[in-house]
Amino acid sequence: MHIHKLEKIWLTIGISMLFVFLGVLGVSAFAMGLQPPSEHHHMLDPAKVQETAPFDKPGLRQTGDSTYEAVMTAFTFGYAPDKMEIPLGATIDFVVTSQDVVHGFEIPGTNINMMIVPGEVSHVSHKFTKPGEYLILCNEYCGGAHEFMKTTIIVK
Amino acid sequence: MLTGRQEFGEAAFDRKDGKLVVAHILVAFIALLIGGVAGLLQSMVRSGSLKLPFNIGYYELLTAHGVLMAIIFTTYFIIGFLYSGVSHTLGGKLLPIVNRMGWLGFALMTAGTALGVVMILTGKASVLYTFYAPLKASPYFYISLVFIVVGSWISGWGIFYQFKYWKKTHQGLTSPLFAFMAVVTFLMWQIATLGVAAEVLIQLIPWSFGWVETINVMLSRTLFWYFGHPLVYFWLMPAYMCWYVIIPKIIGGKIYSDALARLAFILLLLFSIPVGFHHQLMEPGISPFWKFLQVVLTFMVVVPSLMTAFSLFATFELNGRAKGAKGLFGWVRVMPWRDVRFFAPFMGMLIFIPAGAGGLINASNQMNAVIHNTLWVTGHFHLTVATSVALTFFGITYWLIPAVTGRVLTKRMNKLGIIQTVIWCVGMFFMSGAMHLSGLFGAPRRTAFTTYEGNADAMSWMPYYVGMAIGGTVLFIGVLLMVYNVFALLKAPQGATEYPIGETMEQAETTPAYLERWGVWISLSVVLILIAYSIPLMDMIMHPGVGSKGFVTW
Repeated sequence: MHIHKLEKIWLTIGISMLFVFLGVLGVSAFAMGLQPPSEHHHMLDPAKVQETAPFDKPGLRQTGDSTYEAVMTAFTFGYAPDKMEIPLGATIDFVVTSQDVVHGFEIPGTNINMMIVPGEVSHVSHKFTKPGEYLILCNEYCGGAHEFMKTTIIVK
Repeated sequence: MLTGRQEFGEAAFDRKDGKLVVAHILVAFIALLIGGVAGLLQSMVRSGSLKLPFNIGYYELLTAHGVLMAIIFTTYFIIGFLYSGVSHTLGGKLLPIVNRMGWLGFALMTAGTALGVVMILTGKASVLYTFYAPLKASPYFYISLVFIVVGSWISGWGIFYQFKYWKKTHQGLTSPLFAFMAVVTFLMWQIATLGVAAEVLIQLIPWSFGWVETINVMLSRTLFWYFGHPLVYFWLMPAYMCWYVIIPKIIGGKIYSDALARLAFILLLLFSIPVGFHHQLMEPGISPFWKFLQVVLTFMVVVPSLMTAFSLFATFELNGRAKGAKGLFGWVRVMPWRDVRFFAPFMGMLIFIPAGAGGLINASNQMNAVIHNTLWVTGHFHLTVATSVALTFFGITYWLIPAVTGRVLTKRMNKLGIIQTVIWCVGMFFMSGAMHLSGLFGAPRRTAFTTYEGNADAMSWMPYYVGMAIGGTVLFIGVLLMVYNVFALLKAPQGATEYPIGETMEQAETTPAYLERWGVWISLSVVLILIAYSIPLMDMIMHPGVGSKGFVTW
């Protein structure tokens, strides 16, 4: 098949740029740990979330000098715990599951954005370096009052 | 009495086939009208300025808007357009059995659509057009989807049948480019819809009837997105067909390369299916390796996209220079800007450049976290399907209806078409622009009006919502004008309109026969799908965990 010289140049430049781009994505994902959230394969019975550790006691617990684990559950139409206070500069490992349907878990102004799927546990970590009130909202349609599903965390 | 064919010479379109085409186009535009009304009402219900009877709320309207626009408008238009071109290029007439298959497909899809719309508007299926389990709709909603998909299959098989018959009676000849592309499009659709068919038949219907108690949620999502991404190529490929085959004829030019056009379509077939995980990047249950592999496969469609961009602009530039245009960009001035059959699809092409760039961001693995499930995504597909594809389909309508009904496009209709295109672009600039920006700041998609109790972040999105409402209202005017144009075209003066099929440039080389080795391409497609999906899918099936009960949360 004949390909015009200009088209060869166009395709060579375009495809080379594509592979450089994919290389950058791959290196930052696998060598620098910038993965999309929720790589763990961790399952539980979605009907028994409230009886299954650690989700029987949602809340914040310290796991290191300035690292905390935030165990949370999502349900129609809210999150538990309702409000959390987080020390400034702490790294928070969010561990979240759903009690019913699929929910979202997004904190605007950060890169925290993940799906909460019943039967699965989603993980994401974030270091909070700015004080203030952060909104956690559900960004996946979950039912009639989906737009009211939110909670807040206060960083101070 | 003279038949249409005798009246207007051999070029006239077969009347029986014309009826089939017009039926599809009409349902498509009725869906566009109802979907447009649902879109407008959405913004009014959302701002609280209107309350509808029968408890029809924001999410019912959103479901209706999504299903009618993204599934019904597109699928009916695509089948009508592809059948018209197959009839025209493969013998000038559909075989009687193919015509009947077209009507059977039409009847099944229409029955499914009617049932589905009733289920949605009566609140039995407020599950949006992704119907994610464990949200549980009425089983009849899922059954309506079966009718729609099976109907589209039968229509696709009709195209395969006509193509096979043509090849048998034209041994050794290369098939017409339009027909080749139609076959690739429906091959892709056939392979892709197997995923959603499995989800609906094996998982959702038995679970929704209560025959089984629980559902494997991750498996259902994976099967859905195995179908969900190729769906967007099913919208796009017919638009590409117009750009590759129709537009060169309309501007009086030639197709740049028949062989490269076919190669681009084969690449689209191969790389549009094994890529669904890029819609599931932010969810648990899939390992990062498989996500990244499918991200890489997703980006392979950049190659046919670059080829397409080159071919189209090569056609434009060569045509402009043949008309005597000078200088680097002189050819731009001699394009037929006042011809809606060119102008509307061209605006679609132009807008596909930023739309595609946004898509690259969406699919970029970890970068997806910035925009996942925000209004950015809504803004993105309002540029791709609702502008690039929709404007191309509108542009097709202005010659397709006259061509198949033996009428002509009047000057006045052409002018209304130009105005409609401009209205659409302006409305979309405001609506999609506001969606993109507020999405970057985190405003969620698929969410009724809320300030999250006066949260400062949420309050900062309000001006963008106003922009969306303004754009949406302009677009609704665009929908009304388009629907008017369609009905006016059906009443246009009688006459002969040529079906515009482009010809290849003389110096272009002959098309290699291997591009029609269907067995090879289907096998390659299956191999890629197996590589991308076998291990993660086996993992989901072998380690299903405890399934999920159904929930009706609306």
